[in-house]
Amino acid sequence: MQLIVDGKSHEVDVEEDMPLLWVLRDELGIKGVKYGCGVAACGACTVHIDGVAVRSCQSPVSDVDGAVTTIEGLGQPEALHAVQEAWVEHQVAQCGYCQSGQIMQAASLLTEIKMPSDAEIDEAMSGNLCRCGTYPRIRAAVKTAATKMQEA
Amino acid sequence: MGKVGKIARRTFLFGAVAVAGGVAFGVYKVRTPFENPLKDGLADGASTFNPWVVIDGEKITLITPHGDKGQGVAHAQAALIAEELDVEFGQFEIDFGKPDKAYWNRALAGDGAPFMATDESFTAEATRSFMGGMIKLLGMQITGGSTAMPDSYEKLREAGAVARETLKLAASNVSGVPVAQLKTANGAVQLPDGTELTYTALAGEAAKVEPVTEITLRKPSEWRLIGKPMQRLDMVAKSTGTLDYGIDVDIDGMVHAAVMCNPRQGGALNGYDASAAEGMRGVQKVVDVSGGVAVVADNTWRAIQAVQAIDFDWGAAPYPAEQDGHWTAIEASFTEEQLDKEWRNEGDVTAAMAGGTAVEAAYRVPYVAHAPLEPLNATVLVEDDKVTVWTGHQIPRMLQDQVAKVTGHTSDQIDLVNHFMGGSFGHRLEFKHIELAAEIANQMRGTPVKLTYSREEDFAHDFPRHIGMARGSGAVKDGKVTAIDLQVAMPSVVGSQMGRAGMNVPGPDMQIAAGAWNNPYGLENFRMRAYRVPELAPVSSWRSVGASAGGFFFDSLLDELIHEAGADPLEERIRLMQHDVSRKVLETVGEMSNWGSPLGPNQGRGVAFVESFGVPTAEVIEVTNTEDGITIDKVWVAADVGTVIDPVNFENLVQGGVIFALGHAMNSEITYSDGMAQQANYWDAEGMRLKQCPEILVRGLENGDQVRGIGEPPVPPAAPALANAIFAATGQRIRELPLYHHIDFA
Repeated sequence: MQLIVDGKSHEVDVEEDMPLLWVLRDELGIKGVKYGCGVAACGACTVHIDGVAVRSCQSPVSDVDGAVTTIEGLGQPEALHAVQEAWVEHQVAQCGYCQSGQIMQAASLLTEIKMPSDAEIDEAMSGNLCRCGTYPRIRAAVKTAATKMQEA
Repeated sequence: MGKVGKIARRTFLFGAVAVAGGVAFGVYKVRTPFENPLKDGLADGASTFNPWVVIDGEKITLITPHGDKGQGVAHAQAALIAEELDVEFGQFEIDFGKPDKAYWNRALAGDGAPFMATDESFTAEATRSFMGGMIKLLGMQITGGSTAMPDSYEKLREAGAVARETLKLAASNVSGVPVAQLKTANGAVQLPDGTELTYTALAGEAAKVEPVTEITLRKPSEWRLIGKPMQRLDMVAKSTGTLDYGIDVDIDGMVHAAVMCNPRQGGALNGYDASAAEGMRGVQKVVDVSGGVAVVADNTWRAIQAVQAIDFDWGAAPYPAEQDGHWTAIEASFTEEQLDKEWRNEGDVTAAMAGGTAVEAAYRVPYVAHAPLEPLNATVLVEDDKVTVWTGHQIPRMLQDQVAKVTGHTSDQIDLVNHFMGGSFGHRLEFKHIELAAEIANQMRGTPVKLTYSREEDFAHDFPRHIGMARGSGAVKDGKVTAIDLQVAMPSVVGSQMGRAGMNVPGPDMQIAAGAWNNPYGLENFRMRAYRVPELAPVSSWRSVGASAGGFFFDSLLDELIHEAGADPLEERIRLMQHDVSRKVLETVGEMSNWGSPLGPNQGRGVAFVESFGVPTAEVIEVTNTEDGITIDKVWVAADVGTVIDPVNFENLVQGGVIFALGHAMNSEITYSDGMAQQANYWDAEGMRLKQCPEILVRGLENGDQVRGIGEPPVPPAAPALANAIFAATGQRIRELPLYHHIDFA
């Protein structure tokens, strides 16, 4: 099977039903993508397929029909994506474990809706669980990121 | 801080110099500091001043031995050292260090003493000092009880100052310029002519001089870091997926393991058939472990799939199979025989209620799972003369002991590489998952084994927060609350948790009474009795521990009585309050929330106050009763921590604590049927989602005379404040958590 992840092409030899999450983490060593629940209840494993947020724990690798972008492909510490910049500015993270998924979800939302309303942010981000309770900062960071992306 | 703090400080600074005339040999021994653990294994030319600062020719490393589970303590500890050392963020690395007795936590011991945090009497202080001595003797390096800041606040600044002054002495030796003419900034000593000698360049010389221990800590007015908003060190890594948690460990030659143990926790494994699992792709080995079976494979998912394909025959649970049986055991425990301790008995509650009680009520709190988002995991490599463990854990020294028991090594042969934790809430105080990983790795010596729990295994073996029940009554007179009699019954969380580690903790368990007995109100008549229920399901410390239950019991009862008296909920709490710092907290939250201002239709406002871990915390919540259910509109929090180290992180932790507590109060519990937890994943115990999250306004007060931690104190008042607000909005008094059994949430 061929996969394009973060701009690189990979050949993987795995079961068709292996979730994309575990192909990324254990076969390709991309650890920025997190395992939280395995049943699409928490959103920690969120990646983009052709720019759209999906839960990689519930995406069999054989169903992946587009380019995969992970948190590591969205931006890097020395070249942050606008959403990541906003996350750092607002100091969103506590334990940080859910934030890869939160950021990927937010980036997907802002591709779809340039300046989302409060209600649209709430709706789009409510599938991503944060056990530490960083929601107020997530809301603020999404708004800042939207503004940054407009100005860019 | 009073006398006790000064003694602890001098012990740290002066090492072997005896202080304050040893009262007894044991006390003298307790006051003898431990060997500096960093003296071993230092490279040539490196210098260590104490266990917290290492400088070599290349870099400056600050050791931050308290585990970081998201509370930002690695950053905060580094900031305390950097404040005095005169280094800037970006100029040093941080390291969790190695397990060592030198990192014993005095503050936790002090809070374990059975005195109210607001009690600064001689007896209370002396007992805290003794408890601190015991913890030091045991070398208990632990992160818990919101003690990281109290434990670190002085000694890490002192560590920074000792290092700075020693570097100045080294610079004086090198340059010939007297120390008095030297200054420090940006990781360098500055000579009067503007020349800068970097700390790293001075490391070799500094290693030759005796540490300078005559130091004076800077005044708060001189601080450049403490008390100001800081950019946390871990933010960029946590925003880019580049921070490695324990679950991300990757060691050459590593294999992946998954485990299933009897979901009836502690029950036997009667037998199993692993034939289906053995033929599955990638499976390398099926391994027996205590109470279950592990599968070792070349990939985590394959290991989990295979272990779930095993056909198990599990034995019965060693506790009641059905939830009703747990409640029955608790209800049967309000007896003289099971009285753990009468914590308060002031005035005469019997006489005060002779004329009739205003309220008689029973309250319940459920088992709840910790369920941090990073599932439990540990990577272990067992070799003949050494064991290495990679994981994130809150009690490194006990971890060494527990692993040693499994593998047959000595504790000092166990090396822990501690990691940032993807949450904990108390979950990573436990050892079972570490022991299981060690059991598997011990059967595959020479091969690193990473054990990852599936989310379902994590829920099934969570060691949840204790279940509990309270019976309360009280009296009112002339519009005032005059008497409260509160009886609390629950299993001992300390007994359950320490028992699993093979330790027996004698005496009453303060956690049964926490949040209830230690309220600083001046009720004319107040009795608080704690009953110990024989162990049911195994339980563990959950963010704020006993106060998460006791705060709900006491404050709910008080609120009922205030309404019966016809008094204002905030005004009556302020009237009753005897502790100035706590009264200010109540007054502040009233002012912040504009208490008493008119509300909209179907809106209600509730207040609650709980002191936990020495932090008086008051919260006001506004809710609306809508057609879709209750919405939580806005929350105000005032808490006094003595000194706020970083206002940004403080706000984040308070908001997070409130959200954590409200989510569980709304909808989360663990219940047992057929001996097994009925909740298997986040769908079953969801907590709060972003769209349910209220606006949360926070104010940190600094009137208390000791620095306190803020990880746990925001949790206990949230559930009662919510229940009190729901009563105000609907007239419905809910006395049981989670609230969704009785009312819908939008």
